[in-house]
Amino acid sequence: MTSSLIIPSRRQLFLGFFSIGLSGFGGVLPLAHRMLVQQRRWLSEEEFTELLGLGQILPGPNIVNMSIAIGSRFHGVAGAWLAVAGLMLAPLVIVLSMAMLYDHYQSLPDVQGTLRGLASTAAGLLLAMALRMGEKIERHAVAAVFALLTLLAVGVLRWPLLLVLLVLAPVSVWLARQRGRAGEKA
Amino acid sequence: MMLLLSLLASFSVFSLMAVGGAITLIPEMHHYVVESHHWMSGQEFAALFAIAQAAPGPNVLVVSLIGWKVAGLAGAFAATVGMCGPSSLLCYYVARLWQRWHASPWRRAIERGLAPLTIGLVTGSAMLMSEAANQHWSGWLLCAGSTVLAWRTRVNPLWLLAGGALLGFAGWI
Repeated sequence: MTSSLIIPSRRQLFLGFFSIGLSGFGGVLPLAHRMLVQQRRWLSEEEFTELLGLGQILPGPNIVNMSIAIGSRFHGVAGAWLAVAGLMLAPLVIVLSMAMLYDHYQSLPDVQGTLRGLASTAAGLLLAMALRMGEKIERHAVAAVFALLTLLAVGVLRWPLLLVLLVLAPVSVWLARQRGRAGEKA
Repeated sequence: MMLLLSLLASFSVFSLMAVGGAITLIPEMHHYVVESHHWMSGQEFAALFAIAQAAPGPNVLVVSLIGWKVAGLAGAFAATVGMCGPSSLLCYYVARLWQRWHASPWRRAIERGLAPLTIGLVTGSAMLMSEAANQHWSGWLLCAGSTVLAWRTRVNPLWLLAGGALLGFAGWI
């Protein structure tokens, strides 16, 4: 339904990403999907998935990558700037204010306790995210081996990330291509 | 000034390694600010991560907080620009090419090949943050509980964070 899609103005682009940034607690992606595809209809479902895939493959924060890709699609360089600025502005101010409050009051036992509870829960949310991503991974022994190798190298052995990526990424992609070839023949 | 340039340069390099988002960099950033430069303790690092998670907006804001802790507002700015700059520039140009590669089997192979690495990196980050955040058995219990709830139910993560903060405030963690 390409015909029903809407091309946002520069102002709408900024305000749209501003509202995504402001209301996305604990990760922005689900909200971005709802707003961009369902409510404002700037992108089709397919385009969203495509851009998300791109944002995830490229290095850098996924949602920042997506806002660059979406902003530049509609309004070039200016669009990319507006989208990123809209996304980051309000959350940056809020998070810095929170951190300053924390710094000022961190010696209070109540604040320390609250932060301890918050930190344990935040770590739990991260573990849950890893589990959910693990469930969605391709069911293939090679994929599982590469996930474990990465975890072992970076999480347990603490090898430098750059080294690990330079070794593992090309091999993993090449093997995925081989699996793809086998799938095409079958 | 040297400190700001060092932050900007380090996070620019991190930016290009962050396959799968800023979260996958947690072990690398932890090594950089806690272990090699001693700019903060592991607990402080965990606290900043918790604040970033509890605030609205993208997860990458943890980087701004790290920069702020090291060198104030200018540090926050340097770290954020470093983290978002190089990857954004790359994304701007690749986004144009990506449509053209639509039919290439290599595109699918890249997606498929990088996904397991991302999961390994996120799991590594999650392990590190759990170790840094949970100081007593009660912390581990809360952490495990919120893991299961966030994994198995559709409850809004914000409620879990609020609950955890409340338990901590009450002195149970």
